[in-house]
Amino acid sequence: MKLRGSAIVMAIYLLFLMVPIYWLLNMSLKTNAEITGTFSLFPHNLTFRNYQVILTDPSWYMGYVNSIIYVVMNTVISITVALPAAYAFSRFSFIGDKHLFFWLLTNRMAPPAVFALPFFQLYSSIGLFDTHIAVALAHCLFNVPLAVWILEGFMRGVPKEIDETAYIDGYSFPRFFVKIFMPLIASGIGVAAFFCFMFSWVELLLSRTLTSVNAKPIAATMTRTVSASGMDWGVLAAAGILTILPGALVIWFVRNYIAKGFALGRV
Amino acid sequence: MQKIQNNKAWLLVLPVLVLVAFSAVVPLMTVVNYAFNDTFGNNQFFWAGLEWFDEMVHSDRLHGALGRQVLFSAIILAIEVPLGIFVALNMPKQSFWASFCLVVMALPLLIPFNVVGTIWQIFGRTDIGLLGHSLAALGVDYNYTNDPIDAWATVIVMDVWHWTSLVALLCYAGLQSIPQAYYQAAKIDQASRWAVFRYIELPKMKGVLLIAILLRFMDSFMIYTEPFVVTGGGPGNATTFLSIDLVKMAVGQFDLGPAAAFSLMYFLVIMLVSWVFYTVMTNLDKAEAGQ
Repeated sequence: MKLRGSAIVMAIYLLFLMVPIYWLLNMSLKTNAEITGTFSLFPHNLTFRNYQVILTDPSWYMGYVNSIIYVVMNTVISITVALPAAYAFSRFSFIGDKHLFFWLLTNRMAPPAVFALPFFQLYSSIGLFDTHIAVALAHCLFNVPLAVWILEGFMRGVPKEIDETAYIDGYSFPRFFVKIFMPLIASGIGVAAFFCFMFSWVELLLSRTLTSVNAKPIAATMTRTVSASGMDWGVLAAAGILTILPGALVIWFVRNYIAKGFALGRV
Repeated sequence: MQKIQNNKAWLLVLPVLVLVAFSAVVPLMTVVNYAFNDTFGNNQFFWAGLEWFDEMVHSDRLHGALGRQVLFSAIILAIEVPLGIFVALNMPKQSFWASFCLVVMALPLLIPFNVVGTIWQIFGRTDIGLLGHSLAALGVDYNYTNDPIDAWATVIVMDVWHWTSLVALLCYAGLQSIPQAYYQAAKIDQASRWAVFRYIELPKMKGVLLIAILLRFMDSFMIYTEPFVVTGGGPGNATTFLSIDLVKMAVGQFDLGPAAAFSLMYFLVIMLVSWVFYTVMTNLDKAEAGQ
């Protein structure tokens, strides 16, 4: 009986989560005439025209390519610099470590709106405006602290004796780190990478401010559907669905770690 | 774990320090520079002292935005935290269904912020949206572009939709760490459902719940994209939160001085709250390690 109640609660909650997404999917498979003309819960004239528009027009699909390029760059940079730092925080105490750790957290909490304009000026002045690397570096502001926190949480769980044994066996630090330590925290690295990917993918304010044409992300391209001839609702919905896909694809692999990642490695 | 005292560890932290300093300190100093100077364009700056801060502290506009922001964050926390706990308590424990729930619940978290806005903007429209259309069919006079109450309701429901799962996922992870023996002991003692929640589940969730509240407070306090896409800050200024107002001021009107002073105060508030949470959190960590 109790199980029944839980099942009903979960069914209602999951329904609440899925209905708006379903509505977007529904719209993306309709023609514009059907969207604005009739009101129906499922498409009567199933059409893939909206997806076709996006996948055949470079100004549309390049948005996806741009987003993926800077997201991957950001993930690689963040993880690379965060690994040694997280190791240092988890194993050693050094002057100012606690303050530094807190300072990193404040950057995760910094409102992007505060940084939008200075970032624009900074990257313009060093000639990086409208490049993928500019967005990747800007997103490091919140992704590097996040990666350090998550990785530190995972590294804590690895006993220190492993390090000591490796040194006694004559491993140098870099070799120990890559050959022994990294495989031990592989799931942690995966989770941290996933979160960097995710937060870089969903962020719009900075990526839009720092790009104009060549590195414009898909999320910013979506505003294009407002034109003189009215809204192209179908294409807008299709573009939205395509931005949900990458997350939906990778989420299955990290499902058991997602809470640990959100808890900054502290569960 | 006992840590080794070693200042060479700084070398390992150095790359992070350089990278984050480049992304955080340089722009922050630009903001500080604007906050204390006045400019008439063409890159000439004049010392303005605390003028902008003075102006901002006494500006009705800032007070309005701050008031709306605090109200918004308070409502969000008041809804999402209890709801998240409730959902976590009702989640299936193990099995395929647990995984299924986890994946579906995490889905809204992975949608780009402006797409979240777009989804709800469409969903709430009375002509083509399911929600707006259904409400209109039920005879409810709902229009989020004209009515401030409806606009608020839409933005809040959207945020609940977007982020409640985060609270639920964290609480679920906390609940998973409770050994089965605790529940058996409670059963022997014939503890009520409430007593189990109050004395077993809630204390075990304290740590993750704190993180959930911290994240939800911070992210709702700096929310920008989602309400901006749905309402554009309107009708009037009804849903103009701090970040929206800040971007309007800095980019829209190019009032750099006041916007910068505003940014600094905004950032300080966030730092202060982060620090409080961080202190409580590390003390909790220590208390748990001491047990």
